[in-house]
Amino acid sequence: MSAPLVEMKNITKKFPGVIANSGANLVVQAGEIHALLGENGAGKSTLMSVLTGLYKPDEGDIYLSGEKIAFRSPKDAIKAGIGMVHQHFRLVAPFTVTENVALGLTGGFRINLDKLAKEISALSHDYGLQLDPEARIWQLSVGEQQRVEIIKLLYRKTKILILDEPTAVLTPQEAHDLYATLRRMAQEGCAVIFITHKLQEVMDAADTITILRGGCTIATMSKKDTDTKQLVQLMVGREIEHKSGVIGGEIKGNTILQIDSVHALNDKGLPALKDVSLSIAAGEIFGIAAVAGNGQRELAEVITGLRPYHSGSISVDGNPLKPNDPKASIDAGVSYVPDDRLGTGLVPNLDALDNLFLKDYRNPRWGRFLLKQGAFREHAAQLVKEFSVSMAALSNPVKMMSGGNLQKLLLAREISAAPRVLIAVYPVRGLDIGATESVHKLLMEQRAAGKAILLISEDLEELFLMADRIAVMYEGDIMGIIPKHEATVAELGFMMAGAKRREVGA
Amino acid sequence: MSSSNKLITWQKRLAPSPTMTVAVTVSSILLALLFGSVLLISTGFSPLEVYHDMFTGAYGSTYGLSETIVKAIPLMLAGLGVSIAFRMQLWNIGAEGQFYMGAFGASGLALAFPSWPGYILLPLMVVAGCAMGGLWALLSAVPKAKWNVNEVITTLMLNYVAILWVDYLVYGPWKDPQGHNFPLSARFSPGATLPAFGNTRVHLGLVFAIVAAAIIYLALRRTRWGFEIRVIGENSRAASYAGMNIRRNVLLAMFISGALAGLAGMSEVAGITHRIQHDISPGYGYTAVIIAWLAKLHPVAIVLVSVLFGGLIVGGYTVQTSGVPSATVYMLQGAILFFVLGSEIVTHYRIHFGRKEEE
Repeated sequence: MSAPLVEMKNITKKFPGVIANSGANLVVQAGEIHALLGENGAGKSTLMSVLTGLYKPDEGDIYLSGEKIAFRSPKDAIKAGIGMVHQHFRLVAPFTVTENVALGLTGGFRINLDKLAKEISALSHDYGLQLDPEARIWQLSVGEQQRVEIIKLLYRKTKILILDEPTAVLTPQEAHDLYATLRRMAQEGCAVIFITHKLQEVMDAADTITILRGGCTIATMSKKDTDTKQLVQLMVGREIEHKSGVIGGEIKGNTILQIDSVHALNDKGLPALKDVSLSIAAGEIFGIAAVAGNGQRELAEVITGLRPYHSGSISVDGNPLKPNDPKASIDAGVSYVPDDRLGTGLVPNLDALDNLFLKDYRNPRWGRFLLKQGAFREHAAQLVKEFSVSMAALSNPVKMMSGGNLQKLLLAREISAAPRVLIAVYPVRGLDIGATESVHKLLMEQRAAGKAILLISEDLEELFLMADRIAVMYEGDIMGIIPKHEATVAELGFMMAGAKRREVGA
Repeated sequence: MSSSNKLITWQKRLAPSPTMTVAVTVSSILLALLFGSVLLISTGFSPLEVYHDMFTGAYGSTYGLSETIVKAIPLMLAGLGVSIAFRMQLWNIGAEGQFYMGAFGASGLALAFPSWPGYILLPLMVVAGCAMGGLWALLSAVPKAKWNVNEVITTLMLNYVAILWVDYLVYGPWKDPQGHNFPLSARFSPGATLPAFGNTRVHLGLVFAIVAAAIIYLALRRTRWGFEIRVIGENSRAASYAGMNIRRNVLLAMFISGALAGLAGMSEVAGITHRIQHDISPGYGYTAVIIAWLAKLHPVAIVLVSVLFGGLIVGGYTVQTSGVPSATVYMLQGAILFFVLGSEIVTHYRIHFGRKEEE
C-alpha cells in the first residue's frame, strides 16, 4: 500500500489559555471521502487551519504522499494542492463566475476570459456542477455559490479538498448533489475532507470517519464498521453516570412557560423551529440537548423576543407574550443568559456598573428624571459581593474581566431582576471548573426558588447533572422529551441524530 | 521562526489614559503646525511670523477674541449636533444642510412677521430653526431606520439640496428689491435680531451653545435616554437584548442632531447677518465634523475646540492681509485632523520591541 495522501502526526497547537489540538492525528487516503467529526470546540477547524498553512503547529509533522512538508504560509499549501471551501464564501459578488475563478490565478499578465469560461463549462459538466460561467455571483443561490468555490479549486487542480460544514447552508437536494460531486472527485484520486458535527451527513457521504474531542483524535474508523450510536458516544465522551439523589424527577409547581406549536425562521430565512411545543413548571430545569445549529438558539431567541415567529404562541404565567418585543419579554419576567456573552449579553467597553444597569435602568426607583448614580452604585457593589464577582473596580470596562467573572456578572444582573423564567444558553462554555460550579450552583438556587429554567447545552453531562427533563432537538423539531431518570446517553444520542423517540421504542 | 515573531509589534492597549490622550492630541496639533510650516516655507513665508500673526489676530485683542467667539458659536452648536449622532454611530455629515434649513426656517418667520415683538418672534424663530434642521436630518434618518439606507450619502447629498434651495430664495422670491441685485434678503426687523454683548458681535447664540453643551453633558450621564444612546452606540445587539428601541433612538438622535445644526443656522442669521444670503456658512457644518472628532465627542471639549477653530478662521483672515492665501487655514484644519486621527494608533496601541513572549 502506498503512503497516504495526507498524514498529520501528533499535531499540537496552543493558543493563549487554550489548547486547540493536542496530539491530533489524521490519515487520509487518496480516493476517499473523509469526515472530520466533533463537537464545537473539538479542534476540527484548528487542525484544518494547520493543514492549509494558516497556523504553524507547535508540535507534530505533516506528510503529503509520504513526504514531510512544513508550510510557511497558506500559499505553500495551495501550491501543494490543498484547497479549502470555507463556511463563509470568499467570492466577489458583482463579478461573474469566470471572473471569480480568474482571481488569484498566477501566470501571465493577460487572461483569456472566453477560454476560461469554456474550461469552466467543461469542468462543471464533468463533475455534475450545474453553473453558468457568465452569471454574476449575487444572482446565485448559496448552493450555486458553493459550486463556484469548488470549481475554483478544481480549476487549480486541487488534490486535497477540505470543506467546512458544507451542508449547513444547503437544501437536502443540494446536499445530495454535493455528495455526488465529492464522490466524483474522490474517484479521480482526490482526497476529500469535510468538517462536520452532523451525524446524518457523515453516514450519507463519508467513507472514513475521524472523531475529535477536546483537541485529540479519539478514533478513525470506516463507516461500515460503525453506526450513529457509537459515533455520538465517541463525540460526547464516555457513557455518563447518573448523579442520582441530587434532584428528584417530579415536577413541583404550576406551568410557568408554555410554548405551543411555534414556527420560526433562522437568519438565512430557512425554517429553524418546526412546530415546537413545550412547557416548563415552577422549580423545574428543562434541558435541551442538540447538536449546534438545530434550532436551540432560535428557540431561546423567540422566547426572549429577539426573533419573530410566524405561528404558534408563547405565554408566561398564562399571559401571552407579545412576539418579537424584547422589552415585553423582560417585563413578563424572562431573564436571558445568551451564549454570546460579550457580543449580546454585555457591552464590552462599558463598565461593570453600566452593564449591571443594562435592563434595570428603566426602574423608577433609580430616579424620576435624573438617575441617582450613588444609589445604583451601592446596589451594584452589593450585587458584586453577593454573586462574588471579582473585579478591579466597578468603573473598569468589562472586557478586561475573565470569562467566569463575566458570566457571574451577567447572572447577577439576570437573577437580581427576579425573573419568572430564566433561559441559559451554554452557560458554562469556556469556563474553568470553579466558575462552572458557581454557575451551576446559582442555577440550582433559582430552581429551588421556584423559577422555570430552560437550560440549553451541548454537554450531555451537564444536562444529566442539572435538568429535571431533557428534550432533544433535531432540525428544528423536538424529537422527544424524557424525564432525566429515564434517559440514557445512547437514547439521547439516537435522538440527536434524528430518530424520533417512539422509533427507539422507549 | 514563523513570521509572527517580528522584532517590533503593535500591542493593543486596554484603555488609553486621559493624560496620555491629551498629551498626544496636543503634540499632534504641534506636528500639524510643523507640517504646515513646511508648506509655508516652500511658498516663501516665515512660519513663525505667520503663526504669530494668526495667534495675535485671533486671541491678542478684545476685537480679535470677540470675532473668534463669533465664529465659534455656529461651530459649537453644529459640533454638538453631529456629536450626538456620532455617539450612536450615525454618520451625520449633513450639518451644513441642516444649518441652511435652520437658517431658512428662522428667516421665513422673520421676513413674514417683521412687526412682531422680539419676545414672541425670537423664540418662534428658535423653534422654526430647530424644527427645520431636525426635519432635514429626519429625511436621512427615516430611510436609515426603516431600510438601513446609508446615512453618509443621504445627509451629504441633502446638503446640496438645502444650499441650493436657499440660493434659489435669495436669488429669487426673497431677494431684497433694495439690495442692488446682491443675492440677499431684506434686513430683519429689530424684533428678529438676537441681542449682542456690549458693542461686540458676540450674540445670544453663545448662551444657546453653552446651555446646549451643559444639557447634553448632563443628559448623556444622568438620564435614561443618555444611557440608551451610550449602549446603542457601543453594542446595538446588547441594546436590543436589553429591550431598547433602536429605531426610535435613531430617529430621535438624528432629529436632535439636525435641530442643533438648525439652531446654529438660526443664530447666525438672527445674530450676525440679520438677513439670509448666499453662502451664509463658510462650511461650518463640515468643520463641525472635524471638531466633534477632535473633541472625542465630549460636549465640553467641543466648546473649547470650537474656540480653537474659530481662532484659526479669524487668524486666517488676519494673515491674508500680508498675502498668505486663505486656503492656508483649510490646509491647517485638514492637517490637524489628519495628525490627530493618526495619533490614535499611539493612544490605542503600544509599540513593543523584541520578540513576543511565547505562550
